Amino acid sequence: MAEIKKLETARLMKKVMADHFYEIDAACKSGEPKVAWCTSVGPAELLRAMGFVVYFPENHAAILGASRAANDCIPAANAIGYSPEICSYLTADIGAYLKGFTPLSKIYDGIESIPKPDVLVYNTNQCRDVKDWFEWYGREWKVPCYGIESFVNVGEVTKDHVDSIAGQMKQLAKKITEATGNKLDEDKLKETVRLSRRCSDLWRDVLEMAANIPSPLTFFDGTIHMGPAVVMRGTQVAVDYYETLLKELQTWVDQGIAAVEGERHRIYWEGMPIWGKLRENAKLFLDLKTCVVASTYCNSWIFSAFDPDDPWNSMARAYTELFIVRDDDYKEDYYKRMLEIFKFDGIIFHDAKTCPNNSNCRYGLPQRFSKETGIPFITIDGDLNDLRCYSEEQAITKIEAFIEQLDG
Amino acid sequence: MVNGRVMDCFAGIDIGSTTAKAILVDGDSRIVGRSVQRSGYDFAAAADRVITEALESAGRKRSDIKRVVSTGYGRRNVEFADEQRTEILCHAKGVNFYFPEPVTVVDIGGQDNKVIHLGADGERLGFTMNRKCAAGTGAFIEEIAYRLDLPLEKLNEMAENAAGEVKIGSFCTVFSCTEILGMARRGVPVDDIIKGVFRSVVKRVAEMDALDGKVVMTGGVVDHNPIVARMLRELLEHEVEVPPDPQAIGALGAALIAREL
Ligand code: SF4
Repeated sequence: MAEIKKLETARLMKKVMADHFYEIDAACKSGEPKVAWCTSVGPAELLRAMGFVVYFPENHAAILGASRAANDCIPAANAIGYSPEICSYLTADIGAYLKGFTPLSKIYDGIESIPKPDVLVYNTNQCRDVKDWFEWYGREWKVPCYGIESFVNVGEVTKDHVDSIAGQMKQLAKKITEATGNKLDEDKLKETVRLSRRCSDLWRDVLEMAANIPSPLTFFDGTIHMGPAVVMRGTQVAVDYYETLLKELQTWVDQGIAAVEGERHRIYWEGMPIWGKLRENAKLFLDLKTCVVASTYCNSWIFSAFDPDDPWNSMARAYTELFIVRDDDYKEDYYKRMLEIFKFDGIIFHDAKTCPNNSNCRYGLPQRFSKETGIPFITIDGDLNDLRCYSEEQAITKIEAFIEQLDG
Repeated sequence: MVNGRVMDCFAGIDIGSTTAKAILVDGDSRIVGRSVQRSGYDFAAAADRVITEALESAGRKRSDIKRVVSTGYGRRNVEFADEQRTEILCHAKGVNFYFPEPVTVVDIGGQDNKVIHLGADGERLGFTMNRKCAAGTGAFIEEIAYRLDLPLEKLNEMAENAAGEVKIGSFCTVFSCTEILGMARRGVPVDDIIKGVFRSVVKRVAEMDALDGKVVMTGGVVDHNPIVARMLRELLEHEVEVPPDPQAIGALGAALIAREL
């Protein structure tokens, strides 16, 4: 049986992530610099430019999922009124807090708890759940919680959209200063936006390495290597990380090293990963000699609009241009562009029970896309974190049958 | 050779969540042996039982089997299988044997339902399996029969004799059971309830996917309850066919694949 190949850079990844958590932990313990919580596609650049270290609870929730601790935690949040039908990042994370548990203390010696923030900042561009999630902690800790109320179902991103979001960001900066005393450094904002853009470009280049046939990278690798793009964008560390990763991938391509030995089929994954089954799923596709080459999910941290010369408007545009914010016509078009780049033979839609926002198979989009392009699809019922919503046996059968179908 | 007959055969074993099926075909794709039994909890033992019975019915020995393909929920538990294939592929193969034309297969199994679109040569154009819930599957019907204390083999006849028909509104098996027990308490004739149960199964299946063109129904539910095929015909207002031995169609497909490998 084939083994999952590991990139050397994965080791560096461990260090980058450890440094990130220790930096926040130290800040939290000493009170300096102040800690801000931010949503994963929220205004992290702004917060860095205001002198905060930034913590991302979604990342923590994904660790709960990947370490299979989520299902022990979710019921605790359900019991205080957060339905099992809503975001299982939220329920896993709040549940873990209620139980006094964090996987961080298992992984990182000396870290006892998640960091208590000085301010909580969300962006509803991805969903409303993040707002409920952050507000819960705001009430729990009596910490100010602010956010950007974003647009949904956006077709073309217009100047009106950009003006509104840029205006909200400026207001947000003022409120944060009033509440915490941290001031915005405009030069630092430009520099942070520049670094975020560089990180984003490198991350895109990394992902596009999978356009090579065979691909040196799978979606499952991507979900691991995206860590720095999520939690460290806007810093030199993230830029350095992706430069190293890109170089290694280039050597794999030059040497014809395939992530999936004997790659027979190429698949696009639409939707969230099933965190608790990442390894099993990576292995399943490996044994089927099928490479999941690309995904909307990993692409979500590509922000090509960032422009250091116009930080406010470009941040507003970047955070509104995201796939998750857009309408179905845009999304269908997007898949077509991905098809051109990655040349996949099939598409798998993950219908995540607790995240309608990342489940794009509920309004006929797979059928429309498949009809237009002739690319077959299947839908897998599952969830990002709540494994009670995932029937593994049925998913395996569906995936195996799909590959048999592609075999002809 | 026995009396000048070539005894070589190929086996397909379909270990479903509820029933285990074995089909033996000879080198000319003729069915020579068959067995259908409850799967029980030990799938490996069930596989042994059905293959033994199928061999007996075929008058053949283990050593006559040239190749075995297993399929179904328990396909990995069939230790003597040479290869495994999914039930989607095997159903497609089995149906194409009887209907070598473009069809939509609707399989109502013990625990899940499938819709498979097949092209003229039996190639799979796409498929859907039901979601996690058992509503609309054989398990749903069994649960209701159990709650109402009715023998499974009587259900078809009861539905055929029903003077009226109830409407079941819930999606979920548990909710449907509650709804049905409420009806029973109110004195609704049980035949009408059973007819309504079958109708709800048919509706669940019809909403899984577009059922275009000729539809072929397979699986244990339609095997034991022909009324289900008639109801689907009424709903779709077009042809719905049932192949011979619809419950063993996956095992037949597996046997045919074994022959071709
Ligand atoms: S986008 Fe989905 S997974 Fe992410 S926070 Fe919102 S509901 Fe949860």
